Amino acid sequence: MKKILEVNELVTSFILKDETVQAVQDVSFYVNEGETFGLVGESGCGKSATCRSVLRLIRDPGKIISGEIIYKGKNLLEISEKDMINYRGVEIAMIFQEPMTALNPVLTIRKQIYEALKRQNLSKNEMDKKAISLLKKVGISSPEQRLDNYPHQFSGGMRQRAMIAISLASEPNLLVADEPTTALDVTIQDQIIKLINNLKTEMGMSIILVTHDLGVVAQMCDRVAVMYAGKIMESADTVTLFSKPRHPYTIGLMSSMPHTDKQHGKLIPIEGNPPNLSNPPHGCPFEPRCRFSEEICKTKEAELVEISEGHTTRCHFVDKLKDIKGIIEI
Amino acid sequence: MSNKIDTENLNDISLLNKKKTPLLKRSMSINIGVMLVGFMLIFAIFPDLIATHNPTDINFSDMLQAPSSVHYFGTDNYGRDIFSRVVYSARVDLTIGVIATIVPLIAGTIIGLLAGYYGKWIDTILMRTLDVFMAFPFMVLVIAIVAVLGPGINNVYIAIWLVGWKEYARLVRSRVLVIKNSEYIQAAKVLGYSDARIILRHILPNAISPVIVFGASDVVMCMLAAAALSFLGLGVQPPTPEWGSIIADGRAYINTAWWITAFPGLFLVIAGTGFSLVGDGLSDIIRTKGR
Amino acid sequence: MSTLNYVIKRILQIIPVMIIVTVLIFFMIRLIPGDPVTVLLGDKATPEMVKLLTIKMGLDKPIYIQYLLFMKGLLTFDLGNSLHYKIPVSELISKRFVITIVLTFFTVIFSVIISFFTGYTAGLKKDKLPDQIIRMGALVALSMPQFWVGLILLIAFAVKISIFPVGGWGSTWPEHIRAVILPAFTQSLMTAALLARNLRNGVVDTLKMDFVDFARSKGLDDSSIKRDHIIRNALISYITLLSMRMAYMLGGSIIIETVFALPGIGALMIESIYSRDYAVIQAVVIIFAAIVITVNILTDIAYSFLDPRVTLE
Repeated sequence: MKKILEVNELVTSFILKDETVQAVQDVSFYVNEGETFGLVGESGCGKSATCRSVLRLIRDPGKIISGEIIYKGKNLLEISEKDMINYRGVEIAMIFQEPMTALNPVLTIRKQIYEALKRQNLSKNEMDKKAISLLKKVGISSPEQRLDNYPHQFSGGMRQRAMIAISLASEPNLLVADEPTTALDVTIQDQIIKLINNLKTEMGMSIILVTHDLGVVAQMCDRVAVMYAGKIMESADTVTLFSKPRHPYTIGLMSSMPHTDKQHGKLIPIEGNPPNLSNPPHGCPFEPRCRFSEEICKTKEAELVEISEGHTTRCHFVDKLKDIKGIIEI
Repeated sequence: MSNKIDTENLNDISLLNKKKTPLLKRSMSINIGVMLVGFMLIFAIFPDLIATHNPTDINFSDMLQAPSSVHYFGTDNYGRDIFSRVVYSARVDLTIGVIATIVPLIAGTIIGLLAGYYGKWIDTILMRTLDVFMAFPFMVLVIAIVAVLGPGINNVYIAIWLVGWKEYARLVRSRVLVIKNSEYIQAAKVLGYSDARIILRHILPNAISPVIVFGASDVVMCMLAAAALSFLGLGVQPPTPEWGSIIADGRAYINTAWWITAFPGLFLVIAGTGFSLVGDGLSDIIRTKGR
Repeated sequence: MSTLNYVIKRILQIIPVMIIVTVLIFFMIRLIPGDPVTVLLGDKATPEMVKLLTIKMGLDKPIYIQYLLFMKGLLTFDLGNSLHYKIPVSELISKRFVITIVLTFFTVIFSVIISFFTGYTAGLKKDKLPDQIIRMGALVALSMPQFWVGLILLIAFAVKISIFPVGGWGSTWPEHIRAVILPAFTQSLMTAALLARNLRNGVVDTLKMDFVDFARSKGLDDSSIKRDHIIRNALISYITLLSMRMAYMLGGSIIIETVFALPGIGALMIESIYSRDYAVIQAVVIIFAAIVITVNILTDIAYSFLDPRVTLE
């Protein structure tokens, strides 16, 4: 399978007055053409920063320090900003978590769609036709009237659909979705998930899906990476990850997840807090909260190691985890 | 608007990892501000130690002299030493700034607390009164009141007090309205605490921060307003030295003796900047302390 | 609610306020010590002359009759006659109003020019050197007494170097413009400082919003982002503040016009206080109040146009 995106050793930090927050520390992953790749982790683990780095949206005080972001063979970190603009919206698009703040409140939906169509040099009529068909495609009824509405006149679910419509205006090949369902009601979440899956098939897109919700991962992702404290802790295809989790953090996430399998009883939250990203610890960042940790974990961090085909993990004591059951049995 | 403070809102990342920086290091501006104000306070409290001459000594043979080593800021048309007059004015101007602010601050806060807490007719009366007052620019009203009462510093105080309380009342009232509905106030009521106790111990401390910040800038505004009135002849009366009236004295001589006008104004700017910096620093501290 | 309905609604709300305002003004003016008749006639006044003039000026009638006559006059735009200038007040005011309007106009222009660029730059470069310098500048500008700044500018640009006149209005339009530049600039500093601060904060707040990043992710270039996203949003608060400041400029015009000897309404108010010219003081204060109220209503309407989330109620 061809890789549409390859991220190698990405380092992104935020340089503040008194400290530097190392949000993304040496992150590497790849996305195959036509697949949905999940990036999972709790708030603050660096997944959002990673997303924004892919589109080079990182602004002062943030900075992409080093690494490679190779899209269709081209390293995006080596091109000029002018050239990057030609990738954004056209090849790679992004949708955000909170549609109320991601849509400009003072511009009509029409205007915001026009902006996405700018590069196509269409006449006003052609743009209107396209806008209406886009809104129809994402399931917004009466699109002709809706075009002149402002974002605040839409409901939460509709706003998210509108944002999706706008981002897909130029039929990008790669969609970066930063927690697209987190801010929505559960019933609407479901609709949006189905919508994105359908659009993906229809348009042949690849997707990077960022979420903290393993349920969403199960419904949408082909492959997943689990992030913690700015690093990737484990990565595998979805089925493997859910049946054979091989990292204490992943296991912790699954234990704290409510699900209907009667075998699992209590919910076990992960105690403690993530580490301070401006002063990253030596050794494994998860160590203080890990029930499998030993002395070595405090001083030496494990490398990301492939334990079976396509399944990597970063832990000294993978052996201890061999018998732990995942959420599904295969 | 997203108010979440977490790394997902990357642009708020400066709010992460808040360390406890020592008070002094926190804000350069408040340090400079305190320094400037302190500087002025010394002038105000110990003018005799700093002034070189008696501010009211008339000496026609020395009139309209340019700044020199004897008369640092030159002399005016009566031969009075400008430097000494400026130094002695510090006490007058600073006092005016503070007193003109304190009374409306206290009165306005009380009115705002009562109107916000009790609501109904007290609040309605307050809001209608504010509506009427809002129709007038600050200076217009102050000048009109001074016109009625006659010139003189006491009347300037009265005029500013009558006009200045409304901003505090408005600020406090809107804070009270928000705080009033918070859970811990509801809890206090259920527990049967007296109104006075709720207002003084629970609402007031939370409503006070915008008052303090505004107060600092208000000191500057009152000082400038009083100086303007004195400049127009409606405020401090001669022979009391006051920065505004010295500037007015100098007006007739801008062609020949620019120093009479220049220096007192400079001191107004320094004093004003000092208080403003302190106010800015206070609002920074209050803002970061609240997290 | 349509704009027209809103305006009507506001005017109806304002009427009771205006009535109270006129009562207040009327009685306040009457409290000014000093009897206008004796002031007018001076030392040579004999008791008969005083009596005659008192009757002629209507000052012998009971106070409430005087008030009703006053209100009647207001509604017919007959504001009485100026004691000092001996012409109808309405004529006096309309002649001098133009000057204050021109002054205010240029003050607004200067305020916007100074504040727009500095505020935007400070917002983009938050906490860096340009931002710190601009914020400090604004702070100092707000601590400067307008009358002093005016005098210093006069010393520098009218006395030492004669680019501008040392006050006065001049007699031709080119002279008028030359005369109004220094005063307008002086008056604009305070408003420029407040506007710059406001725009800076608006830009900083807007930059934090996701929609800026979303717009960038669509492949928009910097100038489109600046225009349609950053400025367009920060402008809401900016224009609202500018509107509100226009009311303050009226108050400031009193001092500025005095310092620069511009014969506008502000200077007129001071003169009339000195000369106990009741009719003029009344009229000027009421006009100030009316202008402020009108500007407030216009501000609210403008705000609803700028921010589609807000509707007129």
